[in-house]
Amino acid sequence: MTAAATTQRSARRLGVPAWVFLPASVGALFVALPLVAMLTRIEWRHFGTLITSDSSLAALELSLRTAAASTVLCVLFGVPMALVLARTSFWGQGVARALVLLPLVLPPVVCGIALLYTFGRKGLLGNTMEVLGLQVAFSTAAVVMAQTFVALPFLVVSLDGALRTAGTRYEAVAATLGARPTRVFLRVTLPLVLPGLASGAVLSFARALGEFGATITFAGSLQGVTRTLPLEIYLQRETDPQAAVALSLLLVFVATLVIGLITRSRVAP
Amino acid sequence: MSLRAELVVRDRDVEVTLTVGHGETVALLGPNGSGKSTTVSALAGLLCPDTGEVELDDRTLVRATGRAADVWVPPHDRGVAVLAQEPLLFPHLNVLDNVAFGPRSAGMPRGRARERARHWLDEVGAVELAARRPGELSGGQAQRVALARALATEPRLLLLDEPLSAIDVALAPALRQLLRRVLRGRAAIVVTHDVLDAALLADRVVVLEQGRVVEQGPTNQVLARPTSDFAARIAGLNLVRGRAEGETVVSDTGLVVAGLSDEPLSDGLGAIAVFSPSAVGIYREAPQGSPRNAIRGVVTEIEPHGHQVRVRTEHLAADITPAALAELDLVPGSPVVFSVKASEVAVYAA
Amino acid sequence: MALAALALPTASCGSEAGSRQGGGASSGSPGSGALTGEITVYAAASLKQTFTQIGAQVEAAHPGTKVRFSFAGSSDLAAQIQQGAPADVFASADPATMAKVTKPGLTAAPPVDFASNTLEIAVPPGNPAQVTSLADLAKPGVKAVVCAPQVPCGNASVKVEEAAGLTLKPVSEEQSVTDVLGKVIAGEADAGLVYLTDVKAVGDKVEGIEFPESSAAVNVYPVAVLRSSRNPALASAFLDAVTGAQGQAVLAAAGFGKAP
Repeated sequence: MTAAATTQRSARRLGVPAWVFLPASVGALFVALPLVAMLTRIEWRHFGTLITSDSSLAALELSLRTAAASTVLCVLFGVPMALVLARTSFWGQGVARALVLLPLVLPPVVCGIALLYTFGRKGLLGNTMEVLGLQVAFSTAAVVMAQTFVALPFLVVSLDGALRTAGTRYEAVAATLGARPTRVFLRVTLPLVLPGLASGAVLSFARALGEFGATITFAGSLQGVTRTLPLEIYLQRETDPQAAVALSLLLVFVATLVIGLITRSRVAP
Repeated sequence: MSLRAELVVRDRDVEVTLTVGHGETVALLGPNGSGKSTTVSALAGLLCPDTGEVELDDRTLVRATGRAADVWVPPHDRGVAVLAQEPLLFPHLNVLDNVAFGPRSAGMPRGRARERARHWLDEVGAVELAARRPGELSGGQAQRVALARALATEPRLLLLDEPLSAIDVALAPALRQLLRRVLRGRAAIVVTHDVLDAALLADRVVVLEQGRVVEQGPTNQVLARPTSDFAARIAGLNLVRGRAEGETVVSDTGLVVAGLSDEPLSDGLGAIAVFSPSAVGIYREAPQGSPRNAIRGVVTEIEPHGHQVRVRTEHLAADITPAALAELDLVPGSPVVFSVKASEVAVYAA
Repeated sequence: MALAALALPTASCGSEAGSRQGGGASSGSPGSGALTGEITVYAAASLKQTFTQIGAQVEAAHPGTKVRFSFAGSSDLAAQIQQGAPADVFASADPATMAKVTKPGLTAAPPVDFASNTLEIAVPPGNPAQVTSLADLAKPGVKAVVCAPQVPCGNASVKVEEAAGLTLKPVSEEQSVTDVLGKVIAGEADAGLVYLTDVKAVGDKVEGIEFPESSAAVNVYPVAVLRSSRNPALASAFLDAVTGAQGQAVLAAAGFGKAP
């Protein structure tokens, strides 16, 4: 190897000691092998019919629709939350930051129960909802609520970190140039943290797509209305493990596709 | 008066009173930590003073009398533009849109804002950079664009916080000339360490030390006859402070410096003696002859200074030729006598 | 230890698994002899309270033994056993799930039916939707919740629907009886189809309404000792306890019917 080539190689691996590759590979295998294991169990001749059955397609369509809606809600609520956490200071901020993590810590089923206690007929807001004519139980809206509840922390935490790292120098400049706070937010803050926002949104989407426990506890399970792909997979397990594995691979494939497409378009400067 | 400001920021220990006349450029000088940046931040609206009052063109921007601010105009409404050490051009916009940012924020439609931006880019000599991205610019180019961006807002007051300190020494003069041209007739405050900035850009100089104004006046006066240590330092002058005795200044440490003064000084009044390092001769022992001033000291530093060598003692500096240095065989720690003719020493009231 | 062995009746009973009917050939006490060690019983979730009681009885009769339980959905447990989970006894909520374990030859002997269960309608206290019969569940505006057809209780729900000639349009088809009950208790559902034993177990959190068509779907519960058991003696003792008079009494008290 020429001296030039060696230098080029080491410059590209600056700060990466050789031993790091061992735990990295072990970790990667740990994640990849179960996927491989699933792939080996599939009877490929049945795969096509399994994933194109009515119930499978209904579940897939519902999953994509609800996960997309949840991600949008996560962005609409999560961005302001992150902004307040990262860029202001108020009494109890540490507690607030910890509270945001609550849905991450609670088991999903417990999240579902908590949502039921809040929005259910006999819940905290039950009477208010009835008066307003809003019935969330057993509806697709409930699925979106459950997914948003569990996925929100991902977006808030990602963006909070990105905002704190970015600092406020550019915002200060923009203000002195005459930009009002809203304009500073839309034209300076957001564009500068777009990568952090995108990765937070991708995480939220992935979490929403895979959500199970809160959905089944809060929204119930009915084909086309509330039975998302994870619920369908779990149900198929009862009678047809093959179908369950096939649908799981479908879920993995769809998630990879969507996330890949989004991250691809973000690899701009 | 264009600007009238009184500011107290307690946790930075800053108490400053400042004025800027119409079309006047004021240089704000001072050592690090003397409160210059705090003052600029407070004027820009990025910092709220504990007490104070700021009036710009007869409009009150800040009135704070103790607990809460009675009047507080947010930064975007002040008409005060800032140019900092780092250009801080918005990385996601190209040069033209960066400069157009101010006008756009004021509600100007895109086409007109871009025209205005082009005009100011032309003024700073950077119009050919319009389509580039900030990441593609050199330091000097970026700073020009940042200047255009600040000027495009047509500010009532322009604050420049060490605008040339991050610029390549070779490129600074061109930029300084640009600033000189652009600041003419404009109310501005230039924060700087550099005597060239003060000399070429400023009508008046305000010197801060430890959060307080210690000296202010027209530029050439402050630079020729400084009364603060910092001003003397950047003007490159030796300064001895003490009490007047005739045309002699006697410092508290017993240093006696004789000189010439323009006006009569009352004995016992505070007085200052200044002299240039190049007027100083260095001897190993006190010389005989006409130089009346012989000040003993110990060499602390020897550094090159242009073609000459600057020899410093604790309080004073002397410029001598390298040959003289070699002859004297000086090293840090050598005891020396600084000698300067009284005719080279200016004495004036403190 | 030696004294205790002398004190216990030496008449053996229940040391052999297999060919016993639901009445139980043993006298009241659940087994004798110096049984030691532990067993793990995998049992359907609906058997939780009853089996825990029976397990305690076995431990009391054989001091020093330990009966551990894993309660979950029958098909989950069957899947785990197929993958080699360390269970000694398996009791499922229906014969079809037990077949998943007997077909690959994982049981030590043919399974024994020990109880039966029928469906009942559960409504929130106060019966807000005024449900009185199975047909009421099909009324528009009534939020009915059932188990999904793929799970045993859902299978039973389909059968009773057919027997009654109804088409229910439930708002949710849950994964397990627990989930159905949960929705009824929370007041989200106006009515749910669950087992008799479930209604009894939650007491006054729900009201139960029996219906005649329930006899069209009687769920039979089988139990079997597994071939992989490390303690076949204790496992068999447990099985005998379930089928014996004391165990049957416990099951009956909880609302289970006798095995057909």
